[in-house]
Formats: sequence, C-alpha cells, structure tokens
Amino acid sequence: MNPLPDHVHPAVASPSGFFRRYVFSTDHKVIGLQYYFLALAAVTIGIVLSLLMRVHLAWPQAHWPLVTGGTLRPEQYLALMTMHGTIMVFFVLTTAPLGAFGNYFLPIQIGAPDMAFPRINMLSFWFTLAAFLCMLAAFAVPGGAPISGWTAYPPLSGLGSVTGPGEGMGQTMWIVSIGIFCIASLLASINFITTTIEMRAPGMNLTRMPLTVWAWFVTAVMSLLSFGALLAALIMLVLDRSAGTSFFTPAGLVVNGELQSGYSGGWPLLWEHLFWFFGHPEVYIAILPGMGVTSHVISNFSRKPVFGYRAMAATLCAIGILGFLLWGHHMFVSGMNPYSSLAFSALTLSIGVPSAVKTFNWLGTMWGGKIQFDTPMLFSIGFVSFFVTGGLSGIFLAQPALDNLLHATYYVVAHFHLVMGVAAIFGIFSATYYWFPKMFGRMMDETLGKLHFWLTFVGAYCIFMPMHFMGIYGGIRRYADWTGATYLAALQPLHLFATIAALVTAAAQLIFFYNFVSSLTRGEKAAENPWRATTLEWSTASPPPVDNFAGAFPTVYRGPYEYSVPGAPQDFTPQHLPPELAGVSEGATHA
Amino acid sequence: MRGSAASALLLFIALTILVGLTIFLFATGFFAAPPPITPVGVRIDHQYNLTLYATGMAFVLAQLGLGWAVFRYRDRGQPARFTRGNAVLEIAWTIVTAVVFLGLGGLAARSWAQSRITKVPTDAIRVEVTEQQFVYNFRYPGPDGKFGRIDPELISAPTGNPLGIDPNDPAGLDDIVVSTLTVPVNHPIELLIRSQDVVHNFFVRELRLQQDAVPGMTVPLQFTPDRLGRYYIVCTQLCGMGHNQMHSFLDVVSDADYREFLTRAEAR
Repeated sequence: MNPLPDHVHPAVASPSGFFRRYVFSTDHKVIGLQYYFLALAAVTIGIVLSLLMRVHLAWPQAHWPLVTGGTLRPEQYLALMTMHGTIMVFFVLTTAPLGAFGNYFLPIQIGAPDMAFPRINMLSFWFTLAAFLCMLAAFAVPGGAPISGWTAYPPLSGLGSVTGPGEGMGQTMWIVSIGIFCIASLLASINFITTTIEMRAPGMNLTRMPLTVWAWFVTAVMSLLSFGALLAALIMLVLDRSAGTSFFTPAGLVVNGELQSGYSGGWPLLWEHLFWFFGHPEVYIAILPGMGVTSHVISNFSRKPVFGYRAMAATLCAIGILGFLLWGHHMFVSGMNPYSSLAFSALTLSIGVPSAVKTFNWLGTMWGGKIQFDTPMLFSIGFVSFFVTGGLSGIFLAQPALDNLLHATYYVVAHFHLVMGVAAIFGIFSATYYWFPKMFGRMMDETLGKLHFWLTFVGAYCIFMPMHFMGIYGGIRRYADWTGATYLAALQPLHLFATIAALVTAAAQLIFFYNFVSSLTRGEKAAENPWRATTLEWSTASPPPVDNFAGAFPTVYRGPYEYSVPGAPQDFTPQHLPPELAGVSEGATHA
Repeated sequence: MRGSAASALLLFIALTILVGLTIFLFATGFFAAPPPITPVGVRIDHQYNLTLYATGMAFVLAQLGLGWAVFRYRDRGQPARFTRGNAVLEIAWTIVTAVVFLGLGGLAARSWAQSRITKVPTDAIRVEVTEQQFVYNFRYPGPDGKFGRIDPELISAPTGNPLGIDPNDPAGLDDIVVSTLTVPVNHPIELLIRSQDVVHNFFVRELRLQQDAVPGMTVPLQFTPDRLGRYYIVCTQLCGMGHNQMHSFLDVVSDADYREFLTRAEAR
C-alpha cells in the first residue's frame, strides 16, 4: 500500500518565499514547530495564570496592581482558574505532545516524506491558532473571561450573564474557541491515522514502529472518537444559550430571583456525560504521547531494548479502549444512578492494570541497563515517578465510596496535576531535550538542562504533594478563599508552602527558556545521531531536509529498539541499516 | 559515562526522601480528616485505610525500585544486559495488579452500596434540601408529614417564600423552611436534594458524603449521625462567583433538642 517508490526519489526543493516556507507551510516539520511555539506561548500564559491564583490563595488580602479595589475578587479568581485549565488542557497538553512532536517526528520515524494530507495539516494548525486567539479574547470582552471552569457545566454555562460575570460574552467566546479547536483536532487526527496506516516505509511493520508512533497513533484514534462528542455538546450548549433549545436546561429555573422561562425537558447530566465522554479520553490524549516518548528515551539511554515491546504497544491500545469506558468516574456524586458507579469504578480500576504494566516495563527496561543520565533521560525518569505517584492516587478516586470524601477536593487537584499535568509536561520536556538536536541542528546545554530538571522535579513535588493532605482534610477546590468555611483556614500554611514552591518552579522555567533560545544559535553543532539511537529520525540530517531523507528513502530491516544486540559491532543497530552493513542478520534482530 | 554517578546518586536520594517523607506524613496523620459521625463513614474510612496500605506499598516499591534501578545500573562502563522481556513476569504482574486493584474495588462497592443503594428505613426523617446561588434552604414537612406543592413562579425570597411553596396547597401550610439543617442523633435521615438554578453540592466531611444538587432532579441521600455537634455543610460544585461562600451547618442534636427545634420552628 505504500505510495512511495521503494528507493530513490528526486530531492524536493523547499519553497522559496518566506511565507510559504515558514508561515503558510505545508511541511509537517514547520507545522510541528508552529504547534510547538504555540504551546510554548500557551504554557507561559497558563503558568502566569496559575501563579496569580497561587499568590492569591497564599495571601488572599494582598493588594494587586491594576485590579480595581485592590484585592482579587472571587469571580476574577474563577476566571483565572477557568482560563488556566482550558489553556493548559487544550492548547498545551493536547497541542504539544501530538500537534508538535507527533507532527514533526511521526512521518520521519515511519520513513515518510510528509503527512498524508499536508494542506489539511496546515489547516489544523491555523484553526488551532484561531481557537487560541479567540480564547484569549475572552479576557477582553464585557464581563471578562468565563467562570464556569474548564468543564463548563450548565446551567451555570448555559443561561448567559444572569448566572455570573463572564457567563455572557466570555462564555460564548470560550465555546466558539473550543468548537474551532475540536474541528482542528478532528482534522489532525484523520491525518495522523492515515499517515501511520498508509505511509510507512518498506519493512516498517506495525511491530517495528517506535512506541512513540504507536502512542501518537492511538492518541489520534482517541481524538477522532472523542472530540466529536465535545463538538456535539458545544453545539447543543450554544443552542441552549441563544436559540431557546433545552438540551441541558430544565424547566422552572429561578436564577437570582428571575424565572428562566421557555425551557423545558433539559437535563444537566446530559452535558456531564457528553463532556466526560470526551474529557476522560482527553486525559489519555495528553499523557499517551508522553508514555511513548518515555519508553523511547528510556530504551535509548539504558542502551537496552524496550522490555516487553509488544506488551507496551498492547497496553497503549488497551488504555485507548478502556479510556472510553470510564468517563462516569467523574460523576460518582453527580446524581446519576448509583449502580452505574459500580460499573464505572470497576472499569476505572481496570485501566490501572495496563498503566501498572507500563511502569513495570519501564523499570524492566532500565534493569540491567547501562544508564546514561542525559537531560532527556532525567525527564523520562521524572515522568515515571510522577506517573506512579499521580496514578496511585487514582486508585482512591476510582472508588465511589472514597469519592464521597475526596471528590472536588485538592486531592483531585493533586491527582490530575501530577498524572496528566506534570507527567505529561515531563514527557514534553524529555521530547524537547531529546529531539532539539534533530529539530534545530544544535545541542542544548546539559548543565542548564540538569539544573532545570532538578528544580522542576523537586519543585513540582513540593507544589502538589501538600494538596493530597489538603484534600483529605476536606479542602475544596475552586474556592477563591476559605472565608466561607472557617475550618479551611487551617490549610493556609500548606497553601503558602505550595505557592512558594510554585514561584520557585516557575522561575526555574526561565532556565529552560534561556537554554532553548541560546542553544538555537550558540549550541554545539549536533551530529546526525548524537544519542547513538536506532530509529529513522536519526538516520537523516539535523535538521532533516524538506522531504526528510533527501530523496533516499529508507527501508526498514528490524525493530526500533535494537540496543546492545549480542554480536553487533556497536551497542545500537539502526532500523535502516541493511543486514550486511549492520553486522547482524535481519532475523537476529527482528523484534 | 557522562557524569552518571552524581545524577544516579541524586535520583536515588531524592526518591528515597520522597518515599520517607510521604510515609512519615501519612503515619503521623498529617491533616487527617476529622472522625466520621456515621457508621457508614467509619466503613468508608476503613476502606480508605485499606486503599492507603495497598497503594502505599505499591508507591514505596515503585519509587524505590526506580531509585534503585537508576543507581544500580548507572553507566560504569559495563555492557547492558540484552533482553527483550519476560513473558512470565509480564503475565504475573498483570494478574497481581488486576487482583489488587479490582479486589479493592469489590470491597469499596460494599461501602458505596451502604451509602447510596440500601433501602431507606421507613421511619427516616425526610428533609428537603434546596440549593441556589449561594444559599441552602431546608424544608421539613411539618406535623402532617407531607411537603406542600412547589411552583417556581411563586419563588420570592424577599417576601419570605424562597422555595415557591403554593399557599393554596394545604400540605404546604405547615412546612418549615430554615437555613440550617437540624437532625436528631442516632436517627436515620433522608435528604431530598434539589437545586433551583445551577448545579450545586451538599458536602459534610464528617458524614463522608457529598452529593450534587442538580436542577430538574431530586436526589436522595441518607445517613444516620451518631455524634452530637455542629458541622459545616459546603458546596463543592462550582456554582458561580459566590461558590466559596456557600455554606450552612448541620446540627446533630439530642431527641429533646430536636423536638424543641421543631416546636419553635412550627410556632414561627
């Protein structure tokens, strides 16, 4: 099914004009970088928003410059929180792992010259950018940004400004932005899936695909199946808000003394079901690429094949399937039938099994290895640690009985930040340090990288570990301050500690930015294969030419993680080396 | 070898400190929840502790295993031990985790069933909880034991009818509406939780119970408190700008005090 000639292709010249080459480019590498820089901008804004929240939580009476009245009002806090969550989930954790790295490296790792649909790829990026700008504009409209959280539960989000500031125009902008984002993600996922299925180089069997490709592929399938549900829900929400429909709005609501007439028969839980049917797979959309990168990097820097390659690919698929069957664990206390909670609980605990198997296999890959601690490896080790910590608290939250105490507390905040926030970000950092030489042709500074790792690793634990205790104590999330329930005042020392940790950790990210920018021009020139790695992206120039392989498309002879193969002349055997050059026969290294 | 000794040692130390500190904080009951005030709450705490031991063990083994692996197998010039995996190990740890995780889920199902699925005793005291931005109202049926009809058109907080009780329905004439929840100790209680506007929540950490209040639905919630005292009721479902201010109190009182509360409330 491969549309490419088996061997040699004329080299493709890059488009000449600046705009065609760097702005309206159809080159998956340029688009990948565009996604990456979009995510960098988004994460910077997202971090600033979180710092504003953390500072307010630590010093609720602090006087702020530029804020009328001096102190931050609760609705302003909620607007910060809503925008922080939305920007981080959509424009960082969905955009960077799949949009940026998937775009840049999936085609190269399977030996393709580009994505299957380069123009659709370009369209996906521009839709994502439009969505991002639309989201930011919500800050500027009358009433300000929405206050209903990234989950936007109606009727709070469904009735307009009567339910609160930000619920008028701000919420509309939010809905439009996420709607555009859904379309971009649907287009992108079709592209990733088609590319993976149709464009693999000769010899690149499914069982020879790097685990990064497996992860992006499963992620794309999940995107395709989940963003449609969100898009449908958003359309219904818009209609409820503006066209007088009643998908989510029941009759007889009285808001702020005003009877909301004209509604009948709507059901708020319908939104919750549709939202979480998307929202839970979304968690895995954020984390699966990180799992792929971690597997890839740990193997590379342990100089060993991935332990249980087939189990690793199978567990990605298992997580992809189970990820769709457990959205109800967000709704244990929502008022849905309590019997269904038992089913969702069992299914949620089941997904712990493939997750645990992955952890065992990462340890198994390192076990008996020859571990090198370059910065990408440190971040992948950090990924495993955070994934374990954040994953295990999920075992509590998966039990509806314990959700009675822990739901909507800081325990949940700690859980999902560690597992889908910090772990996923560590995956992104690992990928950045690992592939920077390939993307930009220069190495990042190792000393700064290690400093960045250590401050971020310790800092992130200091931010989020205390939140487990806040939650067990009964500390409610999404509270601007504790004045409504005085028992929450006891948590103030923990808030202060987490805020200081957050400020230090955020400051440490400046080291990363400095390292990134200065390495672009002053970094040591990168060789073709600086990590002595095996996969196809390391068989071409750094950065790769427009068609990725300068016309000489690779043929694949073996699995992706052939490290330290007995009898081989060196401790890595690249996928593309013919047996006669590799020094080992094809059969001996077949995965 | 790229300076692997220092990184490996630091990782080992950092992960050991993480594990040690976590064990210490949990063992000393750092910011533990206050004791539960219902038999079901006690069972939920039991289940919590069981889960804490199981996941705690996994946490210690995984983090220390990670720390040990990176330290022990740091690059000291040794060759890597070539292996592609081990099917027996894969199957073993799949089965073990499945048994532990699903076993915990099975045990937890019992305390969930007790808190949500068991039949409400016929003598349970029924109180309707109506939530709105950003207050709680509690309605007792009064001496006739029946709640009067409610009409959203009649809702008018300024004129003293925040729930919209229909004055033409005789069942509603003796209904008691108050802003805090008073219940007698050791008596089964059934709350009927509603919302007038957006999704809210009813959470009392000492009850180990929380339940969303969903507009258009009436969701039951039962408990039998066995300890006198005043406890915070808070909203955990984001409901608007006053979300963090939305609270009320649960007063668990003696039978005599409860009768007195009803008498005084009926007199008003």
